[in-house]
Amino acid sequence: MSTVRIPPVLRETVGGARTVDAVGATVAAVLDDLFARHPALRDRVTDEGQLSRFVNVYVNDRDVRYREGLDTPVGPDDTVILLPAMAGGSR
Amino acid sequence: MSTPATQLREVSAEGALDLASQGYRILDVREPVEWNAGHIPDATLLPLADLPARAAEVVPDKNAPLLVHCAVGARSLRAAAWLIQNGYRDVVSMRASLRDWRQLGGAWEAPQELLTPAQQLRYSRQVLIPEIGQAGQRKLLDSRVLLIGAGGLGSPVALYLAASGIGTLGLVDDDVVDESNLQRQVLHTSDRVGMPKTESARLTLNALNPETRVKEHRERLTSENVERLIADYDVIVDGTDNFDTRYLLNDAAVRLRKPVVHGSIYRWDGQVTTFVPFAGPCYRCMYPTQPPDELAPACAVAGVLGVLPGIVGLIQANEVFKLVLGVGETLAGRLLMFDAMSTEFSEVKVWRDPACPACGEGAQQ
Ligand SMILES: [Zn+2]
Repeated sequence: MSTVRIPPVLRETVGGARTVDAVGATVAAVLDDLFARHPALRDRVTDEGQLSRFVNVYVNDRDVRYREGLDTPVGPDDTVILLPAMAGGSR
Repeated sequence: MSTPATQLREVSAEGALDLASQGYRILDVREPVEWNAGHIPDATLLPLADLPARAAEVVPDKNAPLLVHCAVGARSLRAAAWLIQNGYRDVVSMRASLRDWRQLGGAWEAPQELLTPAQQLRYSRQVLIPEIGQAGQRKLLDSRVLLIGAGGLGSPVALYLAASGIGTLGLVDDDVVDESNLQRQVLHTSDRVGMPKTESARLTLNALNPETRVKEHRERLTSENVERLIADYDVIVDGTDNFDTRYLLNDAAVRLRKPVVHGSIYRWDGQVTTFVPFAGPCYRCMYPTQPPDELAPACAVAGVLGVLPGIVGLIQANEVFKLVLGVGETLAGRLLMFDAMSTEFSEVKVWRDPACPACGEGAQQ
């Protein structure tokens, strides 16, 4: 079981949790497991079945874009981080 | 047959000036640290303690006329005595202070003072830090930093940069102070509600440090003004509230090769990183596609913890210092995240994307 960190803008889709446990040996499998239990999250971060380009996915501290994408392996002690851009600052 | 024993002579500053004009070679027997603080331009440094070991090398000709001086005339008298004992024939010691020498118009060379006495006092606690020193403080005083936004993040950044002696602070903001800002925008005060934020910021910053040059840019960053606004600055601090401005700033900063210290906040969470064009990733390397606005609610919509801009902003200010001083490791290539709810910092790596439309291989360098 790996841990998925949910960014603040998406927490309402998982009932407010900051982290959620998920099973799966790859990023794709972990996300599928997560989406099955939290369909609202799927609606927010996927677009026609693909993960939106404005959401970065990290396994531990590595961006999966520079590894094997959604096929990047996920171990039981790994943390998957979903990270969309955050803009707030001034007002 | 031997030459007659040489008498040791001492002269006043006036006498020393006269001998110098006659071509006497000047030996300064003080320590290097004293020499560095100021010295007679034609003099040769030969500290008293080094005399036995180095005299023959520095002054091979024992008939050369020598004028020896120190700070007041004590060490030079001992040096002159040693020289005469060791066969030098024409040695004169100046029995006067170097101030007397200078007051009589004697030539003097002092290093250019990096800091005024007032600056040395004001910034003394950071001048003491070996990585800063007077030269580093001078860099800070000569540096120009532009803050995009004089609000949540801009407030702590500006306050600490001004306090620390960053010379010029530019503020880009077209907003006025609102009562709801005061919970976190610590540049502003209750009696300034309705005042332009840049003006309120200038009043606060100049009350803190009258030496800081505060430049007000009462406008919103647009594609028309962005290059003009950032061109004159060394470092840009991005604390804006929307994606349009962040991408606009990123692309212009990459074109003009300006480092950008990026911060963003949302409720209990903050993020900071530093973009150094072509040396590390840029904002588009990290997020190639601009997200829809519903993923970027401003503080006005989503809410933000009052202390959060303070924590994130001061990490940004720390990045500015390192960029200006050229010391340490910045957050270039790392995104630092702070979770105030659990008091946890974590970071992920950010890579330069070869396909980045702003700084990648296809982009014009
Ligand atoms: Zn880039």
